[in-house]
Amino acid sequence: MQRGPPRIVSSWGNVARGEHRVYGFSSRFEDFPDISGGCTVLPFGNGRSYGDSCLNVGGALLETRTLDRFIRFDADQGTLSCEAGVQLADILSVVVPAGWFPCVLPGTQYVTVGGAIANDVHGKNHHRAGTFGCHVTRFELLRPDGERMSCSAEETPDWFAATIGGLGLTGVVTWAQMRLRRVAGPWLDVESIRCADLDELLELSIESAKDFEYTVAWVDCLARGRRLGRGILQRANHADGAASAPRPAGGTGFAVPFAPPVSLVNSATLRLFNAAHYHRRRLRTRTVQHFQRFFFPLDGIRHWNRLYGPRGFHQYQCVIPGSGAGEAARSLLGAVAAAGEGSFLAILKCFGDRASPGLLSFPQSGITLALDFPNRGAPLAALFGRLDAIVAQSGGRLYPAKDARMPGDLFRAGYPRHGEFLRFTNPRCSSSFWRRVMADA
Amino acid sequence: MKRALIIGATSAMAEATARGLAQRGAALYLVGRNAQRVAAIASDLTTRGASQVGYEALDVNDFAAHEAMLDRAMRAAGGLDIVLIAHGTLSDQHACEGSVDLTMRELSTNALSVVALCTRIAPRLAMQGCGTLAVISSVAGDRGRRSNYVYGSAKALVSAYLSGLRQQLSPAGVQVLTIKPGFVDTPMTAAFAKGPLWASPQRVAAGILSAIEKRRDVVYLPGFWRPVMWIMRMIPEGIFKRVAL
Ligand SMILES: Cc1cc2nc3c(=O)[nH]c(=O)nc-3n(C[C@H](O)[C@H](O)[C@H](O)COP(=O)(O)OP(=O)(O)OC[C@H]3O[C@@H](n4cnc5c(N)ncnc54)[C@H](O)[C@@H]3O)c2cc1C
Ligand SMILES: NC(=O)c1ccc[n+]([C@@H]2O[C@H](COP(=O)([O-])OP(=O)(O)OC[C@H]3O[C@@H](n4cnc5c(N)ncnc54)[C@H](OP(=O)(O)O)[C@@H]3O)[C@@H](O)[C@H]2O)c1
Repeated sequence: MQRGPPRIVSSWGNVARGEHRVYGFSSRFEDFPDISGGCTVLPFGNGRSYGDSCLNVGGALLETRTLDRFIRFDADQGTLSCEAGVQLADILSVVVPAGWFPCVLPGTQYVTVGGAIANDVHGKNHHRAGTFGCHVTRFELLRPDGERMSCSAEETPDWFAATIGGLGLTGVVTWAQMRLRRVAGPWLDVESIRCADLDELLELSIESAKDFEYTVAWVDCLARGRRLGRGILQRANHADGAASAPRPAGGTGFAVPFAPPVSLVNSATLRLFNAAHYHRRRLRTRTVQHFQRFFFPLDGIRHWNRLYGPRGFHQYQCVIPGSGAGEAARSLLGAVAAAGEGSFLAILKCFGDRASPGLLSFPQSGITLALDFPNRGAPLAALFGRLDAIVAQSGGRLYPAKDARMPGDLFRAGYPRHGEFLRFTNPRCSSSFWRRVMADA
Repeated sequence: MKRALIIGATSAMAEATARGLAQRGAALYLVGRNAQRVAAIASDLTTRGASQVGYEALDVNDFAAHEAMLDRAMRAAGGLDIVLIAHGTLSDQHACEGSVDLTMRELSTNALSVVALCTRIAPRLAMQGCGTLAVISSVAGDRGRRSNYVYGSAKALVSAYLSGLRQQLSPAGVQVLTIKPGFVDTPMTAAFAKGPLWASPQRVAAGILSAIEKRRDVVYLPGFWRPVMWIMRMIPEGIFKRVAL
């Protein structure tokens, strides 16, 4: 059914926006809605993608938020099936008390299962668990022509691989089934270790991968010279049943009520924050943390994206494969530090070599770097151009879920299977992202 | 543990309310028109923590089927603490003006079926000497308006009926709750443009659960609709008839 007159929809970064006709479902048994006017359509989860990969400006969006029912939770086997609009937050509230946990969690719990599949999302345990799609066993794909396909790796390997990481372009996933993993409780044993430079950080990341299920590093990207790449490595394992710590009060209750006229994130506030954050920690700390705090530190403040003001912000996330990854990371951080375009959130993680199931999945073995920047227009675009050149030269790629600006040739070089993928895209599905990166193909 | 019967269980507001009850471990009996969708909601509520979920399909305009449905619901849970009646259709006012059949059908779905159900539910709750009968009426029932007076008059009937029923049942210890939502973003109102006056079904559901707990009589949800509708009722008819609403 159509939901109201056309309206402006924007994504998490507030840099991409535009008018859409919006459609929805009232149940998963319903047919694919009739999209009037013959325009293209794109499934829309919870809009937690940063750029334009969840938008279809001038066309239609098909909201999945009302497909939010659980279908079956088998607490003996640790399998869960649910509709595609169920958010990971809801899954956590149901499975954790029963001693189970999702195999992969991204940095926010407010993403839908459909969105997690379509971007084949990754988490802090990529070096062990691979991507979200590695743990999806089956899903239903509903295509705009009305066909319903039950997809699994065994029965429909091609459609399975095209739809996982498929950016919503193969049709809409109505429900999915996934495997869970056992946990003793909601607690994690977390160690934070300060590293004085990039070498130390990378060395410790690689070493920690052996004994720790979760590893991630925050980088102070204003630090230059000898201190380039200094940061704090966090590594963690699920704690045993006896562990406990104060339970966080379900978010801080803080919300950013509206976007301030200018970004509150700028080089002055950043310099203060980064120095304080780096020095606040002792060289090494060990704590027990609730999973909410460890996995979703930003979810405590609702609408934190508004802090970046009305012009919004970009996230630049790349992955660099192979042995040159460390050097490329150094060049990338060097370019950022030299530009003085500090990034508040600069995250570095070593991906493992578990193969991603999707034709267009982003993760591959190597180093991934994710950087947030307030949208400052031309100077930022120039910096992105320099970063793109380093990524292209080292055979890396950018993450569509975070992107609103990558050049088409960088996308196509980074995702060599895009030609194969084209065979599975539905002619009636499209996105602003897809038109942009395929325009000059 | 509460035992609840929900009629019109596929309504977005009813489903959100049922989730709240399921999280508290309630035993639920769901009644809705579409069997497949009621079954899907039953599985969901089981996963969310309901201690027991029964369900059946029923068209509320089939008055003769009400008695047996109520028997099954009461047997399944061994009594009822809460009955929520939530079904409804937003009548197409313009189409009703051109069709007696459609108008009668709308009045039946939105008013007569509710009266038929309450007539049979009231003595059962009175006999128990406890429990809650909660019915979703609407702010639209507070005053007939040109844009939706078939729907509005049906809801007015429901509100007036419940007011009398409350007088009758309160000595027996039964709560009768009239729920008057304002604009709520549900499939019923899918076609409307949404603005700041609109509430989510989750917010309305939280209001319903809290009103049951506090044993309220009439709730406007969200609460700001109470003064708004008071003003709307105060406008003299001589002026009201010239206002386009
Ligand atoms: C604070 C924050 C932290 C994040 N951290 C991480 C992280 O650590 N790792 C990571 O990988 N990502 C991360 N992300 C990105 C986020 O996980 C992805 O963008 C995710 O896909 C968003 O899910 P969504 O439900 O909001 O989907 P949307 O953003 O609405 O849509 C994403 C894509 O999925 C498609 N889609 C949605 N539903 C369906 C469906 N039912 N069927 C078919 N296609 C569908 C859409 O068409 C679109 O292409 C983060 C985002 C934020 C805001
Ligand atoms: N949405 C609003 O703005 C608003 C405002 C004030 C009051 N209300 C009232 O709130 C209640 C809930 O509505 P909602 O907003 O949650 O809308 P909804 O999701 O559309 O729910 C309406 C429900 O009524 C059911 N129904 C309709 N005719 C029926 C019949 N003959 N037999 C059995 N079930 C029938 C529908 O079943 P199917 O799905 O099978 O059609 C549907 O589940 C209704 O009483 C409505 O009048 C709504």
